[in-house]
Order: sequence, then structure tokens, then C-alpha cells
Amino acid sequence: MEADPSDKVFKALADPGRRLLLDRLRAEDGQTLRRLCEDMGMTRQAVAKHLRVLEEASLVVPIRRGREKLHHLNPAPIQEIADRWIGRFDRGRLRALADLKAKLEGDPDG
Amino acid sequence: MAESRFVYVTYVRTTPEKLWRALLDPEFTRQYWGGTWQESEWKPGASWRILLPDGRVADTGEIQEFDPHRRLVLTWRNEFKPELHEEGFSRLTYELEPMGDAVKLTVLHEIDRDGSKLIEATSQGWPAILASLKSLLETGEPLDMTRRWRAGS
Repeated sequence: MEADPSDKVFKALADPGRRLLLDRLRAEDGQTLRRLCEDMGMTRQAVAKHLRVLEEASLVVPIRRGREKLHHLNPAPIQEIADRWIGRFDRGRLRALADLKAKLEGDPDG
Repeated sequence: MAESRFVYVTYVRTTPEKLWRALLDPEFTRQYWGGTWQESEWKPGASWRILLPDGRVADTGEIQEFDPHRRLVLTWRNEFKPELHEEGFSRLTYELEPMGDAVKLTVLHEIDRDGSKLIEATSQGWPAILASLKSLLETGEPLDMTRRWRAGS
């Protein structure tokens, strides 16, 4: 294993196209490559290449079901990064602050 | 096919034997899985259940595959929330694979229906439980948040 496996996670997350793929899996987990290519404005090869980088970072896990390969989000790598730097802070309060920020920013009268 | 699935892959610096034991043995699960423990004869066809700290049965099922230190598949039905119970049996898979000085643990929790409330509910719990399991095996200490069963869960 390499010294710090989070290197791969940060490199994978550095690309906006790959973050968009993660957002799309968050909206609907377990999609096929064909489905993920819809409306991406990218070639199938480019999407497949991004997915490989995400898989190598363990951010996306492919699951074979019959003839289909379904892509799933893996929460573990980002969770482990969070535990590393914010694990000793109070998660409940951080959550409350994040919720407050989302509420204020999402409120049209705010 | 309509289905809901939770997927979690983590690398734990331990041996497959130790990780396997930690997944099954009450002495370990009580520490990282909110004080709960499992009862089963751990062989294919055997019944399986998980008990809450107060003795209530949380979930029940049956062992489907039992390949020590490698793969465990069991069925899982919630027994204490009517809206989850009515979804019937889901399927839990643990896969262990040695990778250098660590073990790759893959956890799949899936059911053959779209928008499953059971998978949604267990997906909220799994990340903390599995991070705590990793912490217990690597540092000897589970995470604080999983030491006790949370009321309402």
C-alpha cells in the first residue's frame, strides 16, 4: 500500500467532471456507465476514464449484477478524511452549523 | 430490476481472521455496534438475529453463505419498526480480501425494491458502525458515537 491512500482521493476530487459524477451518483446511486454518460457533455471514453480514477480512489465501487455493472458511491474514503481532521470536534455542533448555513443560504428572504 | 443497495468499502489494517471474528463475536460487536450482539450457529441455513442492549430483537434472518474469513451472506428483516418490517427480507453481504498489510472489507446491504426505507435507515447507521469497527481493530478503541445504542434508531 502507498504511504497515504488519501492522496488518490484528493487527486480524484480535484477534477470538476469527477465531482459531477459523484453528485449524479448521490442523486441516484447504482447507475450504469451508459446512464452516467447521459447529459454529461463528455465522450463515453472520458466518462469511463473518470470512473476508473474514482474507482482507484475507492470513491466509487462497481457492483456486477447480471450483465450490468452498477456504480455505487462509497462513503468510506471521505468519512475517513473527515474523521482524521474533524473527528475530535463535536460532530453534532458542526452538523447544526452546516444546517444553519444551508437554511440561511437557501432562504429567499434571508 | 428494482433494487436499493448500500455499498461500503474500507481497508482495515488487520488480518482476515481478526476482522471476521470482530464482525461476528458479541465481545467485539458490543463495542462498535451500539452495544448490540448477534446470535446464530453461523452455518448455512441457520437462523440469525441481532439483539439490542435492552434485549429486544432488532433484526432476524438466515445465514445463506458462510465461508470463514472470506464471505458471509445473510438475510435481514427489521423486527421493531412496522414500516421497515413490512418490506420483508433484505440481504447483507460481507466480503473480506487480504490486501498487503490490510484487509479490504466490502459491505453490501440490498433489497429487491426501489426506494427502500430499510436500506435508507440502515445506510444512516452503517458508516459510523464500520468506521468504529476499523478504529477498534487498528487502535484498540471504538468511536465514542457507537458505544451506545441511540434511542429512536
